[in-house]
Amino acid sequence: VSRGLDVSGLPSYKYSHHALTWWGMMGMIAIEGTVFALAIVTYFYLWSQADSWPLSAGPPDLLWGTLNVVLLLASIWPNQWTKRAGEDGDERRIRIGLLVCLAFGIVMLAIRAMEFNALNVRWDSNAYGSVVWVLLGLHTLHLATDVFDTGVLAALFLSGKPLEGKRHVDVSENGVYWYFVVYTWVPIYAVIYWLPRLT
Amino acid sequence: MLFAAFILDIGPDAGWFSYVPLAGPGFAPGKRVDFWAQMITFTELAGLLVAIEIIATAFKMRAPGMTLARMPLLVWAMVVTSFMILFAMPAVMLASSALIMDRLVGTHFYNPAEGGDPVLWQHLFWFFAHPEVYFIFIPALGFMSSIIATFSRRPIFGYPAMVLALIATGFLGFGLWVHHMFAAHLPELGKSFFTAASMLIAVPSAIQIFCWIATLWTGRLEFRTPLLFTLAFFVILVIGGLTGLMVASVPLDLQLHDTYFVVAHLHYVLIGGAVFPLFGAWYYWFPKITGRIMGERLGRWQFWLFFVGFNVAFWPMHHLGVQGMPRRVYTYPEEMGWGALNLVSTLGALMIAVSVLLFIINVVLTLRSGEKAAANPWRAGTLEWATASPPPAYNFDRAPVVRGRDPLWHEEPVPPSEPTHVSGLADKPREVLITTVVDALPDHRLVFPEPTIWPFVSAVAVSALFIGSIFTPWAALWGMLPVAIAVTLWFWPRDPEVLEALQVEKRP
Repeated sequence: VSRGLDVSGLPSYKYSHHALTWWGMMGMIAIEGTVFALAIVTYFYLWSQADSWPLSAGPPDLLWGTLNVVLLLASIWPNQWTKRAGEDGDERRIRIGLLVCLAFGIVMLAIRAMEFNALNVRWDSNAYGSVVWVLLGLHTLHLATDVFDTGVLAALFLSGKPLEGKRHVDVSENGVYWYFVVYTWVPIYAVIYWLPRLT
Repeated sequence: MLFAAFILDIGPDAGWFSYVPLAGPGFAPGKRVDFWAQMITFTELAGLLVAIEIIATAFKMRAPGMTLARMPLLVWAMVVTSFMILFAMPAVMLASSALIMDRLVGTHFYNPAEGGDPVLWQHLFWFFAHPEVYFIFIPALGFMSSIIATFSRRPIFGYPAMVLALIATGFLGFGLWVHHMFAAHLPELGKSFFTAASMLIAVPSAIQIFCWIATLWTGRLEFRTPLLFTLAFFVILVIGGLTGLMVASVPLDLQLHDTYFVVAHLHYVLIGGAVFPLFGAWYYWFPKITGRIMGERLGRWQFWLFFVGFNVAFWPMHHLGVQGMPRRVYTYPEEMGWGALNLVSTLGALMIAVSVLLFIINVVLTLRSGEKAAANPWRAGTLEWATASPPPAYNFDRAPVVRGRDPLWHEEPVPPSEPTHVSGLADKPREVLITTVVDALPDHRLVFPEPTIWPFVSAVAVSALFIGSIFTPWAALWGMLPVAIAVTLWFWPRDPEVLEALQVEKRP
């Protein structure tokens, strides 16, 4: 005997932890979060081995990094608005939201370029220089990745192609990833800009 | 790439753990260690992505009714391993990236002259490399549980304890890395902590071993080749575990560090803990994968040669280590008196070689003219044995509904009101059923994309990035462009598929 469990009435997609892709993204966040944590541990380890810190360099200038903290935290608002639009499946709001987020991201990348100049140390000057460049570089890689992702999604929703509803899930998850980029910047900012001033 | 480099004699030459400063720019000029660093990072990246796939698949794509409490122990083992990978492999990626930056762009992570520290390498490396032992070992525990249940003809004893022990091993595996560094200069309190953690890991391993013994004790054993390999695990791993307790203690470890005792210990653990179960798993799942059963007589010969040969090869090394023979030497003065035991070891190694040769012959003969396998040749209880051997690409015509831990061993009929399989999924577009994480209730019907060339192109682009960056750091930058293009085209929806999917789409 065989009797079917009819699933044809189920929806084709769902949001948040229901979605297969959400788990994939959480896996990436776990990996990348571990990389950030270990890079910060490396910073503390090198500090613990040093007689003076930040070795022979001066601390980084505060202006551009602090501006980026403010902008990143401010970007939570359009990000959440876009994420909500994705979850409501409202494609007009999705288009607006993605473009606003994209503009934020591009400005932040430009400021990030200034941040590298404000570190007051080169990666090949000493171990302190190496670790702050890697911390800033790692975060920049994530910033750039999310800006690129947002750009691809914006292009998709502006392309006029027929789209499945599961693309709205992509918008929602892009928002979650943006939160990750924002929230990891706060401790990395504190490490890069403030720890050298404590000593 | 690594093997190509070895054949061309441009392969890495700083040991498998590539310790700095030996592997740093000062002592290892040329490209040898760069090959190592980039290929390690590449491999880890691949391993990390597979770990995510395994977790997402195990959590979201189980057959309806297969709650977490009914998930086969092999799947639990793979999930625990994958979680360990997520948190351990990033350490070696960071370490090897810092190494290649030290070598190619002049950073100073490991250079003590400019504030770096070689012991940083050891910490990052072992934070990965001790859990790495468990990436090898924990899947083998899953093989063990599958094979023991089937050939004892009863469900595994103490399933909840087994699952909790696997998870505990996953956590404790992270508390051990410093025990590879007892001979380095470290704080004494730290060493004591890591000694305690190294002892503690014996507890979940013992729980699993006792549950297996209980299963075997109360079962009706069928001594087929897979079970023989599994039983050897008990003998060999227990010996390796006991010598592990010995070297977990700092004073004794300082005596035995870098001697043949450690070589014996790690082979008893890794070959007993991983290779014996792996051979068992090969014999066990070979009929499912290929549709033919491995020859039993050759299998037994292979097993006994391997078991005896292994002990002849590695047991004498315990004695050699206590007598003071150091590791990683290719020769020694005759008057040390280590000759006889080393000769015995070599004879054992030859027996292992013959055994592996028999294994290869067995595989070839089986593939050419082996006995055809039915769907369930071992009369096992888990779901993979419900489909044909070898299974079709889609695994099941219709996904089954699961009602217990060993669905094929249920004797009572399904009540007339309850379903036996999933229905109502479209074949075109390719719909799959996504279930909830804990209870495996039907959740939604996801449309999977049709196959395209872009995953392959993405893989080629990522390979080009890593291979290029062995030679120039700029490749890490420009190499990202083809990767970004390829993964975007992979993601980009194709209109005919989308229109087809919209036909069956239901919004939540």
